Amino acid sequence: MDLSYGEGYEQFREEVHTFLEKYRGKVPRPIEWQKILIENGYAARTIPKEYGGYGAEPDILQARIIAEEFAKSQVSPGMGGQGISMLVPTLLEMGTEEQKKQFVGPTLRGELVWCQGYSEPNAGSDLASLTTSAVLDGDEWVVNGQKIWTSTAQTAHWIFCLVRSEPEAPKHQGISFLLFRMDTPGIEIKPLVDMTGNANFNEVFFTDVRVPQDQIVGKRGQGWVVANAILGHERGSLASPDATLTRFNALVSLMKDETINGQRLIDIPAYRDRLMRIQGRAMAAQFNEMRIFSARINKKQDTKLAGMIVKMQGTELRHELEGLAIDAMGELGLAFGDNPYLRGGGMWQYQYMYFLGLVIGGGTNQIQKNIISERGLDMPREPKVEKK
Amino acid sequence: MEFGLSEEQTLLQDSVNRFLDDRVPLDRVRKFVTDGDDGDDIWQGLIELGVPGLIIPESAGGVGLGCLDAAIVAEALGYHVTPAPFLGSVVMAPVALIEGGNQEDLLRAIAAGDSTVGVAFGEAVGARADAGFEWDGARLNGKALFVIDYLADYVLVATSDKKILLVSSAADGLSRKALTTVEKTRRTGELVFKNTPAELISEDPNVYFRVLDAGRVMLAADTLGAAQNMIDQSVAYAKVREQFNRPIGSFQAVKHMCAQMVADLEPCRAMIWYAGYALDQLPEEARLTACHSKAHLSEVGRSVSKTATEVHGGMGFTDLLGLHYWFKRIGFNRQMLGAPEMIREEAAQVQDLC
Ligand SMILES: Cc1cc2nc3c(=O)[nH]c(=O)nc-3n(C[C@H](O)[C@H](O)[C@H](O)COP(=O)(O)OP(=O)(O)OC[C@H]3O[C@@H](n4cnc5c(N)ncnc54)[C@H](O)[C@@H]3O)c2cc1C
Repeated sequence: MDLSYGEGYEQFREEVHTFLEKYRGKVPRPIEWQKILIENGYAARTIPKEYGGYGAEPDILQARIIAEEFAKSQVSPGMGGQGISMLVPTLLEMGTEEQKKQFVGPTLRGELVWCQGYSEPNAGSDLASLTTSAVLDGDEWVVNGQKIWTSTAQTAHWIFCLVRSEPEAPKHQGISFLLFRMDTPGIEIKPLVDMTGNANFNEVFFTDVRVPQDQIVGKRGQGWVVANAILGHERGSLASPDATLTRFNALVSLMKDETINGQRLIDIPAYRDRLMRIQGRAMAAQFNEMRIFSARINKKQDTKLAGMIVKMQGTELRHELEGLAIDAMGELGLAFGDNPYLRGGGMWQYQYMYFLGLVIGGGTNQIQKNIISERGLDMPREPKVEKK
Repeated sequence: MEFGLSEEQTLLQDSVNRFLDDRVPLDRVRKFVTDGDDGDDIWQGLIELGVPGLIIPESAGGVGLGCLDAAIVAEALGYHVTPAPFLGSVVMAPVALIEGGNQEDLLRAIAAGDSTVGVAFGEAVGARADAGFEWDGARLNGKALFVIDYLADYVLVATSDKKILLVSSAADGLSRKALTTVEKTRRTGELVFKNTPAELISEDPNVYFRVLDAGRVMLAADTLGAAQNMIDQSVAYAKVREQFNRPIGSFQAVKHMCAQMVADLEPCRAMIWYAGYALDQLPEEARLTACHSKAHLSEVGRSVSKTATEVHGGMGFTDLLGLHYWFKRIGFNRQMLGAPEMIREEAAQVQDLC
């Protein structure tokens, strides 16, 4: 362990702090904010400059300082989404030079918004059984089929999509990873309303959608490998300990500000104990993240299990954290939508439900447990059932 | 910059693990428990590895390492449910004596393995009606309960106003009696003081908290090791035990129990490293991380120890298999030096939240 915050780090913290003070309450539109964040190294920090990132050497302490200072000031840490959290790492790892040049920069800057076309009505947890087909016709793929639960499909410019390109191959070896524009003829989008009342995810129908042959990541039939190469990134990003820290700080403020019978919520031992319990778990998650990050840089320790558990632990923790705010507010915790007594912009109820969605999305937490036990602990697989 | 153990730390932990694997298997632990022997061979082995002097400065004959190093040794001891007077002798007393100053002789004796130290912190951490003692500036009167390693050469006593005292086992007016507890790999007892001389080590509450925090991180690290062992045993058992013509590990209910244990315990490893490191290097964070690691590991330890027992079915409940040694060890670590609810309240105080 060497986490010595030398003088350089104190100065770095000062810099971050000054930056945040300058913008607190004056954060511009997301797309401009994102540009400012990248220019200053607070977003896309370690992505090479040539691909539109800031190009810094990875440094766990700097990453932690940035996370802590953003969490403290509660200023937005910039854009997320599946393009930035999933596609960018995929392309950096498996994309061609042209693909990296074409897509990474604009995606990081928020100019290109992506959606993820994986799940289908009959291929959820068993994703590899997907049937949306892609047939090569001349120098174009022709895509037919249906995706579901496609988040942000209605606003996305492009989609990264898993399709079956080799129908004769075993199911994991017949999939390809295609990239195409969402305004390509033959795409129809039907929004689905979720439990929060928003219509953030969608059904997406493909009828003879023509995609240039070279808009494929990896080779034909390698799509499953490509998708899995970065699933860990998505899973981590769904439950970032940094975001949890920000919400924890907001929860502490809420519990100091709100009262019941004239008593501050934080002064009620039962709620305070739950708050501290959550803080203990959040701390463990934060340190686990630092360990994983460090291992990625120094490659001196095995953090396979430490990485596998992040999505499951993080989403459960966030759901509980948001739930504590609701519980502590009693009937006020029910306020939603245009209710004039709304607290925190209605985010407590919204996030409470949203994180239940993320307990399910990105591979359900039951599936996470299958992965941890079978791939992490090498426990015996389920006996296979023959296809009907 | 690195978040992980150094090569030397890994070597240290490996060497302790190797010794314990070879010389202190469960059968040896059982003998300690059932025959009531003194466990001298175990302690002797740890002395040979330099464990007693781990955090004592080289100038006093120690190894001069830090609390993080001690924590990874504590983890190894927990993994092997090792009976040893570790908590007081290796960690809490040295921290107190170094902070208190002027105690080089005793530090030297501890480092050499010639003296051991027990811990009587119950009065300070949470006084119970059954116990209670008074210190008049020179002598103690009253009694202390649940004293860890109560037969040690010295006992480190904390008073309700956070003074730290040292009592010699040879002191006048001291009587000692064993107290049976559910956990038998650590010996606890009752001390009765009748005008018993006690030496003041520190009256600075900050020193008291430093000593307490170090002790808490060690108990938490012990739980990390013990819980890891229970997971390892569960996974191994689930791969070989068959029911319905298949290994029980192929049933999802069993797999998911194992995955849940791992998901809960794995982040605790980073937490212990951080808390140990904070004791050594990050004084402003040490209090909070010590409180949270003790409380959090107590909760995770409780659920892992329950789940691991369930994975083993009836066998898990038997004395024959001995899984209960780990279960009880984890229980001890939870109750001692502050139960989680009390410690979380302290964590809130540290942050001015109450
Ligand atoms: C908010 C949200 C956003 C999403 N966004 C996207 C997106 O942008 N793009 C995209 O492609 N997909 C997206 N999804 C889809 C998501 O990945 C799937 O919902 C998820 O993988 C589960 O598939 P399913 O819904 O078909 O459930 P099912 O697979 O039918 O699962 C139903 C239940 O059965 C359990 N189950 C299934 N198989 C097993 C098994 N082998 N072992 C144990 N239990 C099992 C599950 O855990 C679950 O409890 C999103 C989902 C949500 C909730």
